Amino acid sequence: MAYSEKVLDHFANPRNVGELENADGIGEVGNARCGDIMKMYIKVDNDTITDVKFKTFGCGAAIATSSMATEMIKGKSINDALNLTNTAVMEALDGLPPVKVHCSVLAEQAIKSALSDYYTKQGIDPEPIVGKISHDDEV
Amino acid sequence: MEKKWIYADNAATTKLSAEVLADMMPYLTEIYGNPSSLYEIGTYAQKAVETAREKIAECINAHPREIYFTSGGSESDNWAIKGMARALKKKGKNHIITTAFEHHAVLHTCQALKREGFEITLLDVHENGIVRADELEKAIKDTTALVSIMYANNEIGTVQPIEELGAVCKKHNVIFHTDAVQAVGHLPIDVQKQNIDMLSMTAHKLHGPKGCGALYIRKGIRPQIYIDGGSQERGMRAGTENVAGIVGLASALQRSLVDREERNSRMTVLRNRLIDELLTIEKSRLNGDRNHRLPNNINMCFEGIEGEALLLRLDLKGICASSGSACTSGSLDPSHVLLALGLPHEIAHGSLRLSLGEDITEEDVDYIAQSVKEVVQTLRQMSPVWEKIKNSEK
Repeated sequence: MAYSEKVLDHFANPRNVGELENADGIGEVGNARCGDIMKMYIKVDNDTITDVKFKTFGCGAAIATSSMATEMIKGKSINDALNLTNTAVMEALDGLPPVKVHCSVLAEQAIKSALSDYYTKQGIDPEPIVGKISHDDEV
Repeated sequence: MEKKWIYADNAATTKLSAEVLADMMPYLTEIYGNPSSLYEIGTYAQKAVETAREKIAECINAHPREIYFTSGGSESDNWAIKGMARALKKKGKNHIITTAFEHHAVLHTCQALKREGFEITLLDVHENGIVRADELEKAIKDTTALVSIMYANNEIGTVQPIEELGAVCKKHNVIFHTDAVQAVGHLPIDVQKQNIDMLSMTAHKLHGPKGCGALYIRKGIRPQIYIDGGSQERGMRAGTENVAGIVGLASALQRSLVDREERNSRMTVLRNRLIDELLTIEKSRLNGDRNHRLPNNINMCFEGIEGEALLLRLDLKGICASSGSACTSGSLDPSHVLLALGLPHEIAHGSLRLSLGEDITEEDVDYIAQSVKEVVQTLRQMSPVWEKIKNSEK
């Protein structure tokens, strides 16, 4: 099983690792039993995601997709973040081996989960906007 | 710390030794004849095959007529188990006993036989990864055709009480097969003393070539024919012999016995040094019995991290290792071996297997320990579960 150069780069030098104090939204998906948990923190200002951090327990692809996904939404509008698909994350990483596609799904869900938390904190029902969050990576 | 290149995955495969290759070379070049042919280069090849058979028999205290060449460990396991089970089914024996942590070549073979109507009993391997002879004895029934228990486990390196298990089988007149793929070359093998009826081995785990192995079948035991065709291997396993491979297997096996004990003592010291160093990492554990294990095997779990990520980072530091994490197997479940020890999924995902080579030095071992410590720390820093685990009591 071979990873692309980009996957290996994001795995070896992950961007935006850490936590955000006073985050406006925190999302967590996956479970330890399956070997993948992603936790994502976002800071929102005027509909813009001004900062994002993540922590991931998981394989090389899980770490790389988390890193790439955070890069792809940083500085973008909430709408752009909502429209980020797992396919786009995979393409940005020059692809993933078939058994690792679920990691990109998890990254997409982690962002949606953080946005969902953001809306909830704003007193807005997130489900009509964000949709249902899949907390499992068995998709 | 200067980057090194250390191969610590000798349980996966080993480097072909230069001496073994030299022994094989004539049979890859000038002596290319078919051993079944009558002219000179054919008879030379045939002679090489028979000499190899004699050498291998001598190494395990068997008769040359009891050694059958195969393509390797998986084939030997398949033949021993399927061949024996199907032969004994006609006599009303439809029960097979094995263990929960066998290699897939044994486990999946047993599952295939289950679909044919065989009853399979999986013995518990307990927390230390060792089968108990009294539990084997209790599991044996009138219908038991065969017992198959590995000599040393491929992931955690635990060594089974083969002689005791063999004695139980002998007492109850049940055929005893052992997958000795990981044990051959490291541990003493005496099929008479240990009451072994069938034994699987392969060349590439002991610095021999890939694609060649053998099955020892005790005289008087008749499994079904494995490959129909020509009369090679006494008509039991047809196909033109892999002459160079066979010569390589015999050469590698013989060479592995030279200085075996001295080598094992040296390896055990280095292995223990590495285990002790790695156990200083908090929330880590050694999997499998510490003493009854192969002299080169280390298998650890580090909580809060995932095995594949650990391997990839070790690779960046020039260390080749392996893991029982789900991500290295392509399934969602971690190693069946670690689960058989009773480890929860989330801990089993964070496993690391190091299987050292004979040329390993103390300096290498210290480099591995330092690298693992750094990598575990880095991965834990980015793990969302680590803080919680760190602060937990257990």
